[in-house]
Amino acid sequence: MLTILFDGIAYGMLLFVLACGLSVTLGLMNFVNLAHGAFAMAGGYLTVVMVNRMGFSFFLALPLAFVLTAAIGALFERTLYVHVYQRTHLDQVLFTIGLVFMSVAAIDYVMGSSQQFVQIPQVLQGQINLFGIGVGRYRLLIIGVCGVLTVLLQLILTQTRFGSRLRAAVDDQRVARGMGINVNAVFGLTFAFGSGLAGLGGALGAEILGLDPIFPLKYMIYFLIVVTVGGTSSITGPFLASILLGIGDVAGKYYVPKLGAFVIYTIMIVVLIWRPQGLFARAAGK
Amino acid sequence: MIDVSHDLKRRGRWSVLEVAFWLIAAASIWLLPGWYLILTEVAILGLFALSLDLILGYAGIVSLGHAAFFGFGAYTAGLLAKHGIVTEPVLGLIVAGLAATVLGFITSFLVLRGSDLTRLMVTLGVALVLREIANRYSDLTGGADGLQGVPKEPILGTFRFDLYGHNGYVYCLIVLFLFFVLARRIVNSPFGLSLRALKGNPLRSSAIGINVNRRLIAIYTIAAGYAGIAGALLTQTTAFASLEVFSFDRSADLLLVLIIGGTGYLYGGLIGALIFKLMQDWIANLTPQYWQFWIGLVLVLMVLLGRFHGAIVSAILLKIMHSWIIGYSWLGSPIVETLIGLILIALLLWRREHIDRWLRSVGARSQVLLSSLVGKRTRVEHSQ
Repeated sequence: MLTILFDGIAYGMLLFVLACGLSVTLGLMNFVNLAHGAFAMAGGYLTVVMVNRMGFSFFLALPLAFVLTAAIGALFERTLYVHVYQRTHLDQVLFTIGLVFMSVAAIDYVMGSSQQFVQIPQVLQGQINLFGIGVGRYRLLIIGVCGVLTVLLQLILTQTRFGSRLRAAVDDQRVARGMGINVNAVFGLTFAFGSGLAGLGGALGAEILGLDPIFPLKYMIYFLIVVTVGGTSSITGPFLASILLGIGDVAGKYYVPKLGAFVIYTIMIVVLIWRPQGLFARAAGK
Repeated sequence: MIDVSHDLKRRGRWSVLEVAFWLIAAASIWLLPGWYLILTEVAILGLFALSLDLILGYAGIVSLGHAAFFGFGAYTAGLLAKHGIVTEPVLGLIVAGLAATVLGFITSFLVLRGSDLTRLMVTLGVALVLREIANRYSDLTGGADGLQGVPKEPILGTFRFDLYGHNGYVYCLIVLFLFFVLARRIVNSPFGLSLRALKGNPLRSSAIGINVNRRLIAIYTIAAGYAGIAGALLTQTTAFASLEVFSFDRSADLLLVLIIGGTGYLYGGLIGALIFKLMQDWIANLTPQYWQFWIGLVLVLMVLLGRFHGAIVSAILLKIMHSWIIGYSWLGSPIVETLIGLILIALLLWRREHIDRWLRSVGARSQVLLSSLVGKRTRVEHSQ
């Protein structure tokens, strides 16, 4: 029971790190980015290449995955995404689906279609006994890393000047522009950072979620659930949503394996009908 | 004041081009006997795209899960035929269509709420839930192996599905034509006009007395029925239904079909389906594993460069890819062709504004020419 809870929390935290970049993109630019999972996949595959083929240490590969994916994100944002912000949602959906298809086929071409595994160092394998329950070391690492990241994100968002600019831009882009905030620069930086986080999540999650070329399609719906259920106005909303989703998914698969992912989709639809703005969102100000 | 009923009547008239379109479609039965299988797929995809056009092009609902109704129709028709409840195809088609219509009516209440994003999620979610159901109840649906062994009874008790797909194609084409006529009637009615109004501005159209929610429910329900019939056609012509009918790829491809053909004039779905299927077939022959990459590239280019330029640039890129793979090109060597292709693309993008202006003037001129050919007077409407 507690082990399931623990696994669920680890899973949920992973989802949060994967999806929080998406929530900012959506909240800030009202941009529907279905290709967010592609950045996560990029992070995962970069880690595989670095650890398995080039022999990097796993602990070095994680921050590198973050930096490299952030760089890729920044590049894509400046060259491609920037043209699509002002378009209709239909165009954004088409554009990002196109990117997903391309990334899936490209990874298939370069790395092959089979599932890839990251070689986890010896230290992180096996279980340790914590307060009487068996806890996987790797999951403990995930909770640790993601927990620190969450606190850090919350601090950045609430305590720094950049954070207040970001919040201002999310609340009302036009007024923020009028006050002299360079919304485009804020957005570019946030996009890169969010992609980096997704890359880190992909690197960490390769072990748990499985890493193959259809990763962006397989988990797209999970990211979108986190964002729509959690709302886009804060960090805590998506965080709670992903923890709930993680626990719900793990518990659902454990207790009622027959129903499978059915539970999650049904809950999502019910929540969206009940509160279209998201479960934890403030009443919309706009 | 523009006389609304007069305007609708004028729109409702069949033009020469439309008649020609359907004559060519009918002629394909005799002229292209070797193409029946792919043409059948085109007709089914065309009907499916027509269904999405009704909600996207006329009511402005972006759906990522339209395959839900397609798949529901496909499985309904398959199960009914397999268990001997309804074995006659036309009857099966009607029942499957009605079933999808009911499902569409129930789920239409879900798309009323929220923004574009919520709609995307809900439509996607419905398709995923149905896929899960079909996967779980494998003793009924065959699960991941698909629904196999659907019997092929003769259409109306007389026309057998032959090996070459002749009767199957004729059957699909007739169904497509009938439902096209119905869709044409719907969008050229006052109801269709009110849909266009609420697509343009929901708030204002509700202010002039259009019940927005009811209109959306109605068109969503109708479109779901169309998709269900398309799905049923697929099961009946292939005698097989797999989980793939619910897949996200199918919904996404459908969006591409409509984008290629254009939305909001009904023919877009049909033309798009033809181009898409031929393109898919061609690319899949060249690179069986990686054709998705090129589909994705076409999507990205068409959004980034605009529909027209995107289409031309992707055509050039595909031609270059083609000559690299087969190692031969019209211009002698693939390298030469690549260079020329890239120069063409550069020219196209560099002189984009000029080309756009030229196209607009050509478009305006050809419109005048066409309407004089068709015998319609182009009315200059300067009344308010």
